[in-house]
Amino acid sequence: MTAAPHAPATHHYTTLGLDSRKVAIWAFIGSECMLFVSLISTYLIYKGRSVVGPFPHESWTDPSTGHVLKPILNIPVTSASTFVLLMSSLFMVLALAAVQNKNLPKHTRGERILGNSKLWLWMTAIAGSTFLGFQAFEFTSFVHEGLSIRTNLFGSSFFTLTGFHGAHVTAGVLWLVTLLAIDYRRGLGPRDALLVDIAALYWHFVDVVWIAIFTLVYLIK
Amino acid sequence: MDTHASMTNPPDSAEAQAHAPHEVEHAHPTWSTYWKVALILTLITVGEVWAYYIPSFVAGRGFIPTLLFLSALKFAIVVMFYMHLKYDHRIFRVLFTGPLLVAALTLIGLMFLFGHLYFKVM
Repeated sequence: MTAAPHAPATHHYTTLGLDSRKVAIWAFIGSECMLFVSLISTYLIYKGRSVVGPFPHESWTDPSTGHVLKPILNIPVTSASTFVLLMSSLFMVLALAAVQNKNLPKHTRGERILGNSKLWLWMTAIAGSTFLGFQAFEFTSFVHEGLSIRTNLFGSSFFTLTGFHGAHVTAGVLWLVTLLAIDYRRGLGPRDALLVDIAALYWHFVDVVWIAIFTLVYLIK
Repeated sequence: MDTHASMTNPPDSAEAQAHAPHEVEHAHPTWSTYWKVALILTLITVGEVWAYYIPSFVAGRGFIPTLLFLSALKFAIVVMFYMHLKYDHRIFRVLFTGPLLVAALTLIGLMFLFGHLYFKVM
């Protein structure tokens, strides 16, 4: 019994002449908008309705110890992690541009750096991992200060919202690692631009979700 | 160095070629545009955090609208320039802004039903 020959790898195009993978990622991102808005809505509805502390923006007195505790959100740390995630989006567009322009001649040192797709993919993955490290630090410190997912309405909605976002960032980092593996194995070139573009769209979406979360959860009291 | 690669790979089959892109896609932003966008995003974020630490501004009526505006501005900048929605086919805009609009209306509706907007209206 002989194995059937593999069909040639052809990409499917819609009647509009668009690659169906790109249409699919935009449709997926649209559905993700609905998911995150439902989580953000839940957070906003429960905002300010926790009966017991810790609270996000207000001091509170722990009844068991009598200690007055500060608001639990750490704005400087979260601002730093927000900056890191914003920069990761810059690295991602530079990675995409590097892949798209791989075949162009690079004369200067600056052009060689800008055209190094591995460098920018690494930078993006490292920035994403750093963001996750900030989130792990934040979650750990919250638990040490007495806030868990079961403590109050704020804890439940906060951990659910930011936890889902963190899971998406984790998936994005894994996606970037697979692109890096492909780049090291056979090199990413202009013909692979769509692969990187799709990953980049997902990554930027994760970034814009955090832009909304940072304002609505952390900054608005 | 400009980034101007097409967002769709060239069709392989005859059928695919029959459905080849009808519209000429616009050039993507340049490297310098990406850096400028990053700088603008950083400055807006710094402005947001700075505003958070001004008690008189936080207590005023303009604090929340200002933050929402700045956040929406950052959102739009990333979507238009980094996600290339400004330069891509309009069907992608529909696929993104359609659900986003439905989601935004749902959020506003839920806030009126169960959230803080309910109390202000009543």
